[in-house]
Amino acid sequence: MSKFKQIISKLRFSNISYKAQRNIIIVSFLAIPMTLLGTFAFLPVINMFWYSFTDWNGYSEMNFIGFENYKTIFSNPEYFAVFRVSLYYFFATFVQLGIALYFATILSFEVKFKNFFKGVLFFPYLLNGVAIGLMFLLFFRADGTLDTVLQAIGLGQFAQKWLGNPDLINYSLAGVSVWRYMGFNFIIFLGAISSIPNEIYEASEMDGANRWHQFRYIILPSIKIIISLNLILAVSGSLSAFEIPFIMTGGANGSATFVIQTVNTAFKYGKIGLGSAMAVILLFIVVIVTGIQRKFFSEGDE
Amino acid sequence: MESKHVLGKVFKYFTLILGAAFSIIPILAIFFASFKTGNEYGSTGALALPENWMNFENYTRAFSEGNMLVGFKNTVIILVISVIGTTLIGSMVAFVLHRFTFKGSKYILGAFLLATLIPAVTTQVATFQIVHRLGLFNTIFAAIVLYLGTDIIAVYIFLQFMDSISISLDESAMLDGASYLTIYRKIVLPLLKPAIVTVFIIKGVNVYNDFYTPFLYMPKTDLQVISTALFKFQGPFGAEWQVITAGVMIAIIPTMIAFIFLQKYIYNGLTNGSVK
Repeated sequence: MSKFKQIISKLRFSNISYKAQRNIIIVSFLAIPMTLLGTFAFLPVINMFWYSFTDWNGYSEMNFIGFENYKTIFSNPEYFAVFRVSLYYFFATFVQLGIALYFATILSFEVKFKNFFKGVLFFPYLLNGVAIGLMFLLFFRADGTLDTVLQAIGLGQFAQKWLGNPDLINYSLAGVSVWRYMGFNFIIFLGAISSIPNEIYEASEMDGANRWHQFRYIILPSIKIIISLNLILAVSGSLSAFEIPFIMTGGANGSATFVIQTVNTAFKYGKIGLGSAMAVILLFIVVIVTGIQRKFFSEGDE
Repeated sequence: MESKHVLGKVFKYFTLILGAAFSIIPILAIFFASFKTGNEYGSTGALALPENWMNFENYTRAFSEGNMLVGFKNTVIILVISVIGTTLIGSMVAFVLHRFTFKGSKYILGAFLLATLIPAVTTQVATFQIVHRLGLFNTIFAAIVLYLGTDIIAVYIFLQFMDSISISLDESAMLDGASYLTIYRKIVLPLLKPAIVTVFIIKGVNVYNDFYTPFLYMPKTDLQVISTALFKFQGPFGAEWQVITAGVMIAIIPTMIAFIFLQKYIYNGLTNGSVK
């Protein structure tokens, strides 16, 4: 029995040479993560390119049709026009970052109830997307929350069909998106500003700088990289806007974004080939936008 | 000069209160409505207080008719497995890539970083076919493997944090005869704790709030999570907004509790996780 134990203890991992251990660890630690990454992150991209050149509908035979799907998308305004909707989210992004930067700046200085304001401004970001969608369906209803507030402050005549009016719906939905994501940018900016040493403000005050000067010449340059990073995230997010409009309107009334259109084309109408081509286009746009911005701010960084 | 200062202060607090009101009012309206009876909801304004704060009928209806118990059960299962799995996978990959350089290690690192650039929502068309062919469609594993395989921000966070764990710790452990496995388990993993908290929080928020993964891959009623259970409220409860709002409250109460108790960690977690 004791001999058996001896053999077992010799077989223990720590008795193998470090070189062999190293190789075993490398292979065993990477095997599962690499398999998952390959299968669920990269294979879909490759397949998507392939599908985009076929007329596949998900079950019948796949036929290679060249650039036919791309031609369909670019020659049919109904497919491509939805990118116009992304513009609302795109511009909302700048409003969102502006508000976030403003609140992050003033909450970096002395303010009463600082933690309360910080928590309240940030909290929406943590909420479930479907909960937010339903919350704002109530918010925008006729005589809903928004109309009630407008009446209470004497602006009742501005009550609108916030989601019923096709000219207004995308503003309303982009507004929800700002409400949802502003807190994230805010907390990131706040963290970045708080890492600026206090002495710099003190020194600038001695030189007669006011709050605006401090913002313009101290805060803004110090957090430039963080701002660009948030801009990238927000812009690629706005291009692939999906959840809020899908949950709230299902894309009705002119609120369909490109992703909603893609998901519907592929899953609802079974045009996997065409849907893939749309997804490829979106992927290209997002990668290009990200690439341009990365280049911009890595140059500014040097 | 003095009056200008006062004016600035007034403006500052005015905007803060305005911002706070914008954040709170949509939630407050939901909260009030969730305690109202059907008639009361129809006849009172959106921001009128409910008559009876002890009216929990909407909550019980939302919870039972809305199948929210199933939703919570599935959400918790997926959340726990995904969060622990991500931590293990992320820390293992970071350990190997940070401590060993070998042929191809740079490409592997590159592959993980490149994957963060692909917005997952764009590739669902093709991902769906893979999940389907693996027989994972309409199983709880669909969500789990996707959360483990595609959202690899954890590798990033751990890699960064590994910089602060000195290699001399590994070396002195090796002098005592510790294996690499022991070094990973007994030295690196415990020291990664702050980064693990960050990953728990980021991943936890993402998984709890995700909608399209369960929506696309697990449409079966038994498999619905909080998001998809809530999404279904729009149909059967159509005009019964007092019940829908109760459902919304049920979905956001766990978030509120987590926020109140973990506030500091959540702020730090997000700030650490995003500064790459």
